[in-house]
Amino acid sequence: MQFDDSAPVLEIKDLNLSYFTRAGEIPAVIDFSLTVNKGESIGLVGESGCGKSTVAMAIMQYMGSNGAIRSGSIKFKGVEMNEMSPEQLRNLRGSEISMIYQEPFASLNPSLLLGSQLKEVLTTHEGISDQEAHERAVQLLEDVKLPDPERVMGAYPHQISGGQQQRVVIAMALLSQPSLLLLDEPTTALDVTVEAGITKLIADISKKYGTSQIYISHNLGLILEVCDRVFVMYSGEVVEEGTINSLFTWPKHPYTHGLFGCIPLPTADKNAAPLQPIRGQLPLPHERPNGCNFGPRCDHFQEGRCDRGIIGMDYVSGASGSDHRVRCLRWNEIDYGAEVAHGEAKPPMEFGDEVLAVENMQKYYEVHDRSLAAMIKGRSVRYVKANESLNFSAREGETVAIVGESGCGKSTFAKVLMGLETATDGEIMHAGEPIGEVDVHHRSTEQIRGLQMVFQNPFDTLNPSHTVGGQIARVIRKFGVESDPDKIRERVMRLLDIVKLPRDFFYRRPRQLSGGQKQRVGIARAFAGNPSMVIADEPVSALDVSVAAAVTELLMEIQREHKTTLLFISHDLSVVRYLSDRIVVMYLGQIMERGSTDEIFAPPYHPYTEALLSAVPIADPEVTKREIVLEGNLPSVLNPPAGCPFSTRCPRKIGAICDDERPPVHQTNTGHAIACHIPLEELREIEPVINVPSLDERLHVQNPEVVAD
Amino acid sequence: MAIAESSTEIPQPPLAIVRWLRSIALLRESWVGMLGGGIVALFVLMAIFAPWIAPFDPNQPILPFAFPGDAAPDGGTFVLGTDHQGRDLLSRIMWGGQRVLFYATAATVCAYTVGIFMGLLAGYYRGWADELISFVANVILSFPVMVLYVLIIAKLGASGANIIFAVVFASSPGIMRIVRGLTLDIATRDYVIAAQTRGESTMFICLIEILPNARGPLIVDFCLRMGYTTITIGALGFLGLGLPPPDPDWGGMISDTRAFITGGFPHMAIIPAIAVSLLVLGFNMLADGMREVASRD
Repeated sequence: MQFDDSAPVLEIKDLNLSYFTRAGEIPAVIDFSLTVNKGESIGLVGESGCGKSTVAMAIMQYMGSNGAIRSGSIKFKGVEMNEMSPEQLRNLRGSEISMIYQEPFASLNPSLLLGSQLKEVLTTHEGISDQEAHERAVQLLEDVKLPDPERVMGAYPHQISGGQQQRVVIAMALLSQPSLLLLDEPTTALDVTVEAGITKLIADISKKYGTSQIYISHNLGLILEVCDRVFVMYSGEVVEEGTINSLFTWPKHPYTHGLFGCIPLPTADKNAAPLQPIRGQLPLPHERPNGCNFGPRCDHFQEGRCDRGIIGMDYVSGASGSDHRVRCLRWNEIDYGAEVAHGEAKPPMEFGDEVLAVENMQKYYEVHDRSLAAMIKGRSVRYVKANESLNFSAREGETVAIVGESGCGKSTFAKVLMGLETATDGEIMHAGEPIGEVDVHHRSTEQIRGLQMVFQNPFDTLNPSHTVGGQIARVIRKFGVESDPDKIRERVMRLLDIVKLPRDFFYRRPRQLSGGQKQRVGIARAFAGNPSMVIADEPVSALDVSVAAAVTELLMEIQREHKTTLLFISHDLSVVRYLSDRIVVMYLGQIMERGSTDEIFAPPYHPYTEALLSAVPIADPEVTKREIVLEGNLPSVLNPPAGCPFSTRCPRKIGAICDDERPPVHQTNTGHAIACHIPLEELREIEPVINVPSLDERLHVQNPEVVAD
Repeated sequence: MAIAESSTEIPQPPLAIVRWLRSIALLRESWVGMLGGGIVALFVLMAIFAPWIAPFDPNQPILPFAFPGDAAPDGGTFVLGTDHQGRDLLSRIMWGGQRVLFYATAATVCAYTVGIFMGLLAGYYRGWADELISFVANVILSFPVMVLYVLIIAKLGASGANIIFAVVFASSPGIMRIVRGLTLDIATRDYVIAAQTRGESTMFICLIEILPNARGPLIVDFCLRMGYTTITIGALGFLGLGLPPPDPDWGGMISDTRAFITGGFPHMAIIPAIAVSLLVLGFNMLADGMREVASRD
């Protein structure tokens, strides 16, 4: 194989991919063209089912047993990949083209040492000696900023953290110095602050090694941070492509534009500028409409024009759009400036009496160490301090968010509230009654129905064996809202109306529902007993952008109508900023900072909040952020730092006092509290992390012709 | 919210029986399952209609040592011949099938009731309940199964009820293990947590929320176990520990006539042996087919 180094690293032309199922041929990707130049980073965004991963598989020439490349060409450095022999492809994969997957743990062999997995890449593809391979592997582990590479070489995958595993996977992909790196949602499984580190690493590496990248993600904010060009896919087609600046500032396709309306950008506000979900659903691959795939969901749809024939990619003219292309017949007729990218404004909520009061709540788990050594030392019981002295309250109609990364104790707290666990100490008052030490079997029906929950995973939230209607009806019967079967049925129907699902979903089974629809049923179930408070544990984090926006809006609409208190548990600060009135930031079981949303998002910050704010990707090229990348890993809850829990990773650590002493809680008169050794005055002087330009400074309100790219 | 107001007439879902038949119809995707199901259905029909379709009285000696196809003295044919006492083999196979299927089904259902109960208990409560139940199960499973059967029947006497008891004792630990494993997994699902948070009783959670979702693997295992139990009943009959005579029992039929295998009349023992094998094969193929269909979707 003779590669032509002057040719683009990858050149895809008019690619059509299909899957063959029992139902016949299903086109997965249609008319796909893409060129990747040396050192360039290409982003591929789209919601699930849009074909972005299928493209990656086609580039690797691995379509599985039921997939096929129907037409088109994929050229790697000028050589047609579709014509390569399996032998040639094997040599190419892993040495010239590497792929990084979503789940780092699944990409590493759990029974082999990391060192031997890393070295294998080099000994197989380059045939160099074991010693030489070892040296290069260690060198690369240093490049991906893993502490103590020699130790990592001698470790098994389960002995290092998820973030470190993903770094090893990246190192492995880079070992043979590939020309092209395919990344399929490489950070989706990781925590936000860890994600920020990996994202930066990926961006740095493409600069250092000149590696071209194709970065697949559903997260527009991440794409903005790592890519030069972006391709937006919808239902198997690219609908828009362009440089990051051009596409993010002047999106031309109604779908792209709609996506931005679904993301809680810093400019969105739940009252003044709510999210505007895209209506309808992604069509199934065999039910795609004629003409434009997005037609049935588009506000600018024109009958007789948008539903005819094949719509090709068109160049957007103008200084900014020299290589900005869009698959829309009406791109130059639609004036987005005239319309707002968000829904109708609503009056702010009024808050009532205090519904929930948490005082000094603690939850410790006992861990029994049954090893002989522990017994001899007489320390066979250790405690996991899942929640330590939690203090906060919530009023009627208010949305309080608990924010934190995995292991921060937010789920434990939800369990205690729901009565699945009981608090070790402290008090929780709900509607005037203590519930902290009462488990669910000892609570009255009244107490139980007053406090309900919406779960995270749409695929787990409904029982697959029972009908949707039956599951909601059970709640109504259980809580004694109604007892007459006809009235129960009527009530279920009304709840289905409220969550905007058709009434014939009553007899459907969960497997016939999409993720978003299941989440709606979960919301109907939680609200069936008219609760005074609903705990929502990451209710939209597993959903696609446009579906998530719809579910978020629905949740807030019902909350508004019923004046329900919402306790929103999340790791995503942009969603939290958008919908909550007050925020509690947790780290390793303790509250680091709490206050109103505005207080949390402006100085004074707790250093952890500051890092979190910096870590959240924002899909707006004009918003500037101060970069704070946290070093190190989350400490184990079994062995937390003695002083401030954040002291091991804190970039603003002031000295030994942070390691040894519990930080004091600085209170302001508005109820803003920060637990930190740094004096409040000093924290006040910190510059804001996120800088949002005012509206008239913004590019998109100006004429794109004037602003050169 | 205006979407659904108009649709007051909601299409009713199909009745439960229709849905059942539809799931069974899925088996047509697998020829192994179809064949197995066909064999089993044939035996079941034969057992149910034995009183009407059996050509002779199964316990009436007519003509000893008749070969298959020989004519009976009072008209009719011994399609499969007769045994050493002159009883018609085909009629005995039919009536014996009725007994074998009845006791195999009864014993397996009872074993399942006990196994599911224990498995749910161990898997849902975990902790010491799990440790105790699992320990007892492991002790029982560590005995050679046949020795266990012989001991129980020898001690309690050969009767239908005792055979059922022996099967329950020996096979419910295995069922318990399957149910326990499934329960451990299902109990962590959000819908179970949702049921817990609305204060449902443990009974409701186990039977309504957990058990229906464990049915897939259990139905497959049930078919396999029906096969094992058929063999067990046959083996016990062969050892003389089966159902009391004179009613026919396949295992007993083989045992009674085994002396004549070398004496020129092998069909007397071979025909009931084939009946046992065929039925067990049918159950195993049915189980395979169901597994195949279930794993496809």
